[in-house]
Amino acid sequence: MSDGDVLAVAEHRRGELRDVSLELVTAGAALADTAGGDLHVAVVGGDVDAYASKLAVEGVDAVHTVTVGDEFNHDVSVAAVSTLVEDLAPTHLLLPHSVDGMDYAPALSEALDRPIVTDAVSVDVEDSALVVNREMYGSKVETVVTVDDGPFAVTVRPGEFALASGSSDADVVAHDFDVNLDALGSTVEGYEAVEAGDVDITEAEFLISIGRGIDEEENLELIEDLAEVTGGTISASRPIVDNGWLAKGRQVGQSGKTVTPNVYLAIGISGAVQHVAGIKNADMIIAINTDPNAPIFDIADYGIVGDLFNVVPALIEQFD
Amino acid sequence: MMKALVTVKESASVADDFRVGDDGIDETYVEYDLNEWDDYAVEAGVQLAEAGVVDEVVAVTIGPERAEETIRKALAKGADRAVRVWNDGLAEQDLLDVSTKASLLAAVADEEDAQIVLSGVQASDDGFGATGVALAERLGYGWAAVVNELNVDADAGEATVHRELEGGLEELLTVALPAVFTIQTGLNEPRYASLRGIRQAQSKEIAPKTPADLGVEDVTSCLKLTETFVPEAESEAEYIEGDAETQAARLADVLRDVGVIAE
Repeated sequence: MSDGDVLAVAEHRRGELRDVSLELVTAGAALADTAGGDLHVAVVGGDVDAYASKLAVEGVDAVHTVTVGDEFNHDVSVAAVSTLVEDLAPTHLLLPHSVDGMDYAPALSEALDRPIVTDAVSVDVEDSALVVNREMYGSKVETVVTVDDGPFAVTVRPGEFALASGSSDADVVAHDFDVNLDALGSTVEGYEAVEAGDVDITEAEFLISIGRGIDEEENLELIEDLAEVTGGTISASRPIVDNGWLAKGRQVGQSGKTVTPNVYLAIGISGAVQHVAGIKNADMIIAINTDPNAPIFDIADYGIVGDLFNVVPALIEQFD
Repeated sequence: MMKALVTVKESASVADDFRVGDDGIDETYVEYDLNEWDDYAVEAGVQLAEAGVVDEVVAVTIGPERAEETIRKALAKGADRAVRVWNDGLAEQDLLDVSTKASLLAAVADEEDAQIVLSGVQASDDGFGATGVALAERLGYGWAAVVNELNVDADAGEATVHRELEGGLEELLTVALPAVFTIQTGLNEPRYASLRGIRQAQSKEIAPKTPADLGVEDVTSCLKLTETFVPEAESEAEYIEGDAETQAARLADVLRDVGVIAE
């Protein structure tokens, strides 16, 4: 293997290759290009042959499959990818900053004694140093983090890179991996979907969504009044659900629902990346927020910089 | 009986009108508080003590003297005592790397012989989201990341957890103890410290430790924070100006035009 090789590790769940896999390929192909190496992609567990054919896209030089188990398990991933990394010795190891990625990437980098930079929104190499852009303070600032000496491990933020496409004549290399699945420190027993509750917010045409800006549970009445006069459906960002003020089925975002309303009215929502992931397919986004720099305005079609406790009562009056 | 170690971090937040200077964010705009995720981890630890699963909850932080204010919050909420790791070498680092953090925390976990380690999923400031799982690997413990339900069966020597996956799906996982759990917000309802708790916290021990005390000689971070900047606003939003009444009137027109108002 030559210097500058990249190994990107794909992710799948319940029989589906997850989008972040092909996003990693996009990031990895550019990185391999700059670093002057090859792009290797690995997939561990599940229907590896089906996944491998989907991963053999433009820019990929080889796909490595490890047949072991059906679903993600962090102990299996750490062991299998460690073995692959020792075998392939890539300069760059690219992993997803997904929930499963967070469950194995730090252990893997620790086991491999590689420095890790997480949640990258861009990844580059300059004079053999790793250069990663990542956000801090809830997307308020972007930082550049560099690491001089590799080999490196980087986790990449889902949704930041385009999906790789096209085709390639990448070699598919099957790896034998001997692991006693009964002797692992952890066992995946199954999955459970969060109950939808009384309302299916994914079907709503007009979502009135509230966030931290609402301050107190009793202020929800104001939003209920607005929903009443407009016929809108109430949804929320994570903190409101964490506080137990609304049911989990009302949560919009990465760990909640992806919604597709005609209008998404975001009230007192700053627009953290995890939230924005759930509203990208809304036809129109309107944001009301006191902070003119709130990231929600970056994706809004209409913005109102103002206090929801002034604007919402005035809006209710418009329809009353 | 088992002991729980909770890793807590003093997390920085910046005011809406913050400024970035040559050395990063101007300190006058920075406020410090107990990291939101760690608040849930502390609560999880205290609940394990109340349930008789653990007999002691120890909080550990890597941070300067100022961070004692934060760690007192964990003590006021029910942690029994605390350890604070710091020295001048750590103060010089812009961005401590995951491995160094894990090695310091692992040394404390070893010293305390903690069988259950609770850590927030991530810190709200740097958002690395890696320390807990790296710590587990270093300790040779089991682990589970992004846990939103935690049930410890001490007799069976295992825990059954829910991991919060994307899209409203949860994974059910059994993990053998000892183990590290990274706690997601919403796992519980963190309590407010009572006046009595705040008073008691004043007399609880916060043991200072240096990396050398823990057998870690070099704390030089391999990460360099070379730039901090405010991303270009990408907003293409049409801003609705005016007082609240004017804004509301225009917004009402927009909503009517789109046809989503049921009148």
